[in-house]
Amino acid sequence: MMGNIGLEHFLIFSGTLFCIGLFGALAKRNVIAILMGLEIMLNSVNINLVAFSRYATTGDLTGQVFAIFVVAVAAAEVAVGLALIVAIYRDRMSVNVEDFDWLKW
Amino acid sequence: MFWILAIFTLGSALLMVMNKNIFHSALFMVLTFIGVAAMYVMLQADFMAAVQILVYAGAIAIFLVFGIMLTQRGNMKQTNLFAKHTAVAGLVSLALVVINAFMVWNTNWLKSTAEPPQDTVGQIADLMLGKFMVPFEVAAILLLVALLGAVIIAKGVKKTS
Repeated sequence: MMGNIGLEHFLIFSGTLFCIGLFGALAKRNVIAILMGLEIMLNSVNINLVAFSRYATTGDLTGQVFAIFVVAVAAAEVAVGLALIVAIYRDRMSVNVEDFDWLKW
Repeated sequence: MFWILAIFTLGSALLMVMNKNIFHSALFMVLTFIGVAAMYVMLQADFMAAVQILVYAGAIAIFLVFGIMLTQRGNMKQTNLFAKHTAVAGLVSLALVVINAFMVWNTNWLKSTAEPPQDTVGQIADLMLGKFMVPFEVAAILLLVALLGAVIIAKGVKKTS
């Protein structure tokens, strides 16, 4: 059914997805878009973990457990990140990262 | 099947990044998450697929839409533009794609030929509440701290004098 799809295909797929997320996180102006790029990156890492647990250590599901921990940490990160964005927005009335220049001299 | 899913997921991720309207970006992000969930099904990780749909396509997508609604006013056009250093970022990402694909293709991966287990949920439960019990509890504390921290940061600290 799947032909000869193997570990390499999933690794290249997740690497490409990671780079799309990285591009979004690096090149966007809106903080929420940057947060979305981060989520895509974490997702691609999870695909890597699950692919290794499927093809390299078949029968041992430690990789999937690790991926679930990554999901939990990602959820916490999004909650705190959005709270920070809302707090900054109230202060500066902007979500553009180029306006966030407190730390520049 | 793999190729259709891969093109679907990568295409919606690219549309998410390239879109000028942040709300459309969020919708394409949900599509990407669903594509990733289908990838988990292809990897015979059915529990991970369910978690992906619940947590990412459900909770995190709604969270991000909340964030968009709280920080945008008026029309949504031109709300998601590129920053100044887009060319450099694109170059770095593209180089990383090529290098990664090259390295993965030229590595001799250690593979096992065993059949994948049928009952993933039970095994994950055994691992999580057995071998990985301490990380499990730490993750619970992390979620509690993140919840409290998010509420306190978003509410703002009152000045007491």
